[in-house]
Amino acid sequence: MTDISLPERLRGAEPVRSIRTFARLEYAYTPGRAASRFLNQVTNKRLVGQRCPVCEKVYVPPRGSCPTDGVPTEDEVELGQSGTIVSFCVVNVPFMANLMEIPYVGALIQLDGADIPIMHLIQEVPYDQVHMGMRVEAVWLPDDEIGPTLESIVHFRPNGEPDAPYESYKDNA
Amino acid sequence: MASERVAIVGIGQTEHRATNDGSIAGVVRQAASRALEDARMDWADIDAVVIGKAPDFFEGVMMPELYLADALGAVGKPMFRVHTAGSVGGSTALVAQDLVAAGLHERVLTVAFEKQSESEAMWALSVAMPFQPPMHAGAGGYFAPHIRSYIRRSGAPDHIGILVALKDRLNALKNPCAHLHEADITFDSVRDSIMLWDPIRFSETCPSSDGACAMVLTNERGGDAAAAEGRAPAWVKGTAFRSEPTMFAGRDQVNPRGGQECAADVYKQAGIDDPRADIDCVEMYVPFSWFEPMWLENLHFCPEGEGWKMVEDGVTQLDGDLPVDMSGGVLSSNPIGASGMLRFAEAAMQVRGQAGDHQVPDARTALGHAYGGGSQFFAMWIVGAQKP
Repeated sequence: MTDISLPERLRGAEPVRSIRTFARLEYAYTPGRAASRFLNQVTNKRLVGQRCPVCEKVYVPPRGSCPTDGVPTEDEVELGQSGTIVSFCVVNVPFMANLMEIPYVGALIQLDGADIPIMHLIQEVPYDQVHMGMRVEAVWLPDDEIGPTLESIVHFRPNGEPDAPYESYKDNA
Repeated sequence: MASERVAIVGIGQTEHRATNDGSIAGVVRQAASRALEDARMDWADIDAVVIGKAPDFFEGVMMPELYLADALGAVGKPMFRVHTAGSVGGSTALVAQDLVAAGLHERVLTVAFEKQSESEAMWALSVAMPFQPPMHAGAGGYFAPHIRSYIRRSGAPDHIGILVALKDRLNALKNPCAHLHEADITFDSVRDSIMLWDPIRFSETCPSSDGACAMVLTNERGGDAAAAEGRAPAWVKGTAFRSEPTMFAGRDQVNPRGGQECAADVYKQAGIDDPRADIDCVEMYVPFSWFEPMWLENLHFCPEGEGWKMVEDGVTQLDGDLPVDMSGGVLSSNPIGASGMLRFAEAAMQVRGQAGDHQVPDARTALGHAYGGGSQFFAMWIVGAQKP
């Protein structure tokens, strides 16, 4: 019989039950026509949604069609730089590649003129003062750093306006 | 359109744990072997296999069903794979039941699994989206705003989420297969656990588990044969799927229409007029404790805004009027892909009287429920002790 027991020097070692191996996937993503129009406007610090001709809901970022009515959305609508926090989460788990100091607030923000919220970061206010209905505004990167991505908005911060009434955003909360 | 009656005659599951030292093939085979043993069948008795799991990129094994065919005795037999995110375990069981109901196969083995120890599901659910800030913070980060909306709408007090977590973890102590067995858990320990995704505390969150669940489904003849041998089957009385888009303006993510309609459909099939009165116990998919009151409303067990009162009144306790998540639920074991099937299996175990220490006395009619994605996939079945 062949001796298959561990060499003497390894006999006291703790068995390895698992190892961590990191996976990475690089890919090219084509935004498509509707998102390209939106992102090109973002480089001009403008937020432009699209309105459905049937239900008249305004989508941001636009996807070129209405998910409810299944029709193209071609009518462009310039949205405000401010919006209302419809709901939010105080994140106390290290995410965002540990770029963010925890806790931080991720919020669903309904931009003025839009009918669907976007998810973005709330800063320049203590996390425990963030609340539903809070009015916030976009804070942009310096002009020479702005590119065709919503990351050109660094975060949102309170804009000083009184809270929006619940009725004004309850369809998305 | 007439269809075959369908009976569940075998149920098996692994002991769900943070790490199962078996391979994926070993884990699914263990659950399947136990289901076959429970059904007094062998691999050769099975006509087809239906398998499901959550997205392949969790473990990074693409189309694992191909390599699992051997371990599941499926070589040379029809094998189907189902994909509906976290609800997949439920949907997988429903596809298996449809194959029997349609008369295509007489005995179908259905299996669902996840090995979270070989994956990073929380981070896999938080990939950076192109052209957007990297805001995704796991499933908790996605669902926390909806829970906050529920609390705002219903006026529910803070301790409701704590009560649900405490109840489910105490139920898990009666279930040897449950992952978490927290004998020293208390209301205070849940309340004082860290806020991970405010308003979701650590102890109000499901664990990451390895595990699998399997069932053997057969037609009326097979169900009658099992009953004649003194092994009561669970009879399927209604099944329903629904799905809805992840995003559209005005979408209600607290009380999704897909879930409401799915429930109404499954109750109609099962002849249930008043779910609160006609259903003896419910095993629903509650990965964060607040989803219990939310789903109680979505599933029509009470008027909108009053689910939390059922929790507060103790209705959903194991000895309550409508026990919910008798097994300890997703909050106590979460092998994601298997989690939906575990809900369906627990409902069947209850009406078969094989739930051990977490058995609801005289359970005759039970609801199994699963949801997945961004509260957009729903799967449900009603099972009963009585042949429909």
